[in-house]
Amino acid sequence: MNHILKFNLNGEAVEVAVKSNEKLLDVLRDKLGAVSAKFGCGVAECGACTVLIDDLSVRSCITFAVEVEGKSVVTLEGLQADGPTKIQKAFIKHNAFQCGFCAPGFIMSATELISKNPSPNEEEMRHALAGNLCRCTGYQNIVDAMNEVAEDNKGGVK
Amino acid sequence: MKENLKVVGHDAVRLDIVEKVLGAAEYTDDIAFGPNLLHMAILGSPYAHAEILSIDTSEAKKLPGVKAVITGEDYPEKFGLYLKDKSIFPVDRVRQVGEQVAGVVATSYEIARNATKLIKVEYKELPVILDPYDSIAEGAILIHPDLGNYVIEPWLEAQPGTNIGHLRRIRKGDIDKGFAEAETIVEGEYHIPHVAHTCIETHISVSKFSLDGRLTMWNSTQSPHTQRNIMAVALGMNHKDVRVIAPPIGGGFGGKAGISMEVMAAAGAKSCPGHPVKLRWTREEEFYNSSQRTGLRNKVKIGFKKNGKIIAFKHEMFWDVGASAEYGSNVVNATGFSATGPYYIPNVYIDSKACYTNNPTCSAYRGFGYSEFSFGIESTMDKAAKIMGIDAVELRRINAIKEGEGVAYDVPMNPNGLIECIDKVAEEIGWGIEEKSDDPNKIIAKGFASVWKAPAMPANESSSAFIKFSEDGSINVMVSGMELGQGLLTVMGKIAAEVLGLTLDKVRVELPDTDRNPYEWQTVASHVTWSCGNAVKRAAIDARDKILDIVQRAHFIDKSQLYLEDNGVKCTTQDSFYIPFSDFVITGIQTEHNTWVGGPILGSGMFMPEYTNAMVDPKTGLGGHPMVHYTVGAGAVKVEIDKETGRMKVLKMAEAFDLGKAINPDLSKDQINGGFVQGLGTAMWEQCIFDEKGKMLNDGFTDYKIPTIVDVPRDMNPILVEVPQPDGPYGARGHSEHTMIPVMPAIANAVANGLSVRIVDVPVTAEKIAMRMNDPKYKEEM
Repeated sequence: MNHILKFNLNGEAVEVAVKSNEKLLDVLRDKLGAVSAKFGCGVAECGACTVLIDDLSVRSCITFAVEVEGKSVVTLEGLQADGPTKIQKAFIKHNAFQCGFCAPGFIMSATELISKNPSPNEEEMRHALAGNLCRCTGYQNIVDAMNEVAEDNKGGVK
Repeated sequence: MKENLKVVGHDAVRLDIVEKVLGAAEYTDDIAFGPNLLHMAILGSPYAHAEILSIDTSEAKKLPGVKAVITGEDYPEKFGLYLKDKSIFPVDRVRQVGEQVAGVVATSYEIARNATKLIKVEYKELPVILDPYDSIAEGAILIHPDLGNYVIEPWLEAQPGTNIGHLRRIRKGDIDKGFAEAETIVEGEYHIPHVAHTCIETHISVSKFSLDGRLTMWNSTQSPHTQRNIMAVALGMNHKDVRVIAPPIGGGFGGKAGISMEVMAAAGAKSCPGHPVKLRWTREEEFYNSSQRTGLRNKVKIGFKKNGKIIAFKHEMFWDVGASAEYGSNVVNATGFSATGPYYIPNVYIDSKACYTNNPTCSAYRGFGYSEFSFGIESTMDKAAKIMGIDAVELRRINAIKEGEGVAYDVPMNPNGLIECIDKVAEEIGWGIEEKSDDPNKIIAKGFASVWKAPAMPANESSSAFIKFSEDGSINVMVSGMELGQGLLTVMGKIAAEVLGLTLDKVRVELPDTDRNPYEWQTVASHVTWSCGNAVKRAAIDARDKILDIVQRAHFIDKSQLYLEDNGVKCTTQDSFYIPFSDFVITGIQTEHNTWVGGPILGSGMFMPEYTNAMVDPKTGLGGHPMVHYTVGAGAVKVEIDKETGRMKVLKMAEAFDLGKAINPDLSKDQINGGFVQGLGTAMWEQCIFDEKGKMLNDGFTDYKIPTIVDVPRDMNPILVEVPQPDGPYGARGHSEHTMIPVMPAIANAVANGLSVRIVDVPVTAEKIAMRMNDPKYKEEM
């Protein structure tokens, strides 16, 4: 049965007809054109589909779309409304990704972490990102970029 | 004279990093195909080996929304890259769990999936073979009884009437005499299980037959031109009417080389002209139906002289290639030529056998078999070092192959910096320095390995490139080498920029589209920096020649006095002379008579090695020149192991590779870090586990664990060595795959060094260490 779902996507009110068993990831990608969140496993094991729901990072591939009724969803497209964030700039500077498929998920998880803990130490940061799989990089450049962000936040430099 | 390079050899931000970090990169599944899009789902076999007695699709066809149901009746042909032993959809028999028995195209994926459940297939189970030793055992059931009738490349040696899809032999020198002269002989037997590529993006193809009969495919692929060729030949179409577009790809690692599920998407599309048809693997299908890494059982026997020199070397390799050897046969071939490791050895005996099993089909996987065989060689080398009382690193130095010495097939070795790699890694890891853990329950140990790898390619593989200038003096470089994440776009862009005196911001490198970009064999074998790089360099030189010619004709300055720099043309004899490209690369140069000289600048270039020859004597493997060159390197780890639980943590890694010339030093180091961690997964955790009927028990990331950001060493030390490759662009040769090869043996050697227990079967798990630590069967003396 179709349900008219209303929520806020990347700062804008949206309305979309969804079935009760449809996943948020599929609705975002196929019905709303927000394709930055990726399908990697469909069972919340790889983190490629990570989005923010009311500022918390969530695996959109196992979230039923109807669960976001009235909530605020942010994907990578919405994160950078005012240009690349500090985290994105650091990821660019450090060549943090290779194939790039996991990048949107990593950026969303990193964004949640930095919003809660602006200057995580390296182990805190690694644990916060442990649910995002990357097969290419060996993670070193992601760590370097995040350390730079944490260090920068510590100094209070914008 | 040293070239004064402005772009090549310097660090740079990847050309594709911004689009990837901003979410602008449009992967295949991100492209909007419109309301006409149809979806395809596949019915996989529940059995690893069974006859198909009947397939009834009538109920599936009745389901509303179903557009087409396809089975082997529609496509009885076999296909494959080197050995056509694979069914698009099988007619008579399934050979692995998950093998695609039928496909359904429907208006939604859900409907297509539901329809597959309505297809009734009657099977008769056959005996299942899951181990290469069982595959070659007398009386074993034949997995491919028709092997003798398959179409096969002339340089492969299938053994009809057996389960051996290809046999490569090396017989160099006199092996019996060699062992007779040896003072120490050391042997070992090893096992490597199947592992999976686990690209985060699963395989996907969107295929469309337009109403006028053209086929267009958007594929997540490393091999657009190879796929076009296979599709055109299979469908009897002109190549010009088949178009393969390669959008950004979410990981390849060899798993998206050649062709696999794309043929099914095309079959689905053929039934529904005018509709794009999307086939995207689920994660489970990705484990079963793309390909896995070859499993290996191997026996290594090495004979040494008293001074540590290897005099004789025997290596028997029984490869578990799975249900098809269409691509895996070349893994078997390439390793058959190279499974000595990077050592000079006068007497060599190698048998490399592609053993069919009912495990999932194996094909290319980063390292192309070299990781698998190097585990046994490098483990045996360490064992031998202890027996002979020679330091393990020193033993490798003693035997390191030098330029000009004959490789296993007796062709002179290329210039290389193996000793330098060995020494730099030993120094970085603190070889010979004993270290103690702060925790009395833990020990710290180090392990070492040295490795090599050559690109495995048909003798006449080739690359080509176009460069076109635009009004503002910027260029688009068109190649069909694929950006897999390894940095191809940046490497090609830098080579073009270097020759043309351009800054990198003026360079864009286009992903493959077979309608537009010129031919490339495939992006595999870590050969594109070398091969495609040569083509781009030649295309840039071609464009440069045209530019210089125009300026010479317009300004009456001899070409020999002109050079390109700072996005324009300068002159060695007139300091003030400078014409920016934007002044003339499209419009030409206006003369004093108001006529115009020149026109749009285009460059083209191609490269093919002209010294390779795959046609060796099948009895000896000699008489040809099957490989272009080897890239050598070494790797070491420092680990901390809990003596009670066997739990191991890698504290530090160092790896050095001789890549000839680092076009991008920073990106080359990234390849070492990434390859090391991928190797770490296979060394410590990863293994496809099958039950006795060939069903995979861990087809998801929860049970098939790949390294996460917490699992990796905190101290990573990538090292670059540069001994130029004579025929490489700026001396470069590839090194991306190689970086994972040392890891499995380095880990096992560290465990043996620390705890005197020799693990001969990866992964080297905590459980194996703990269970075997005090078992005399696994004891290795210090």
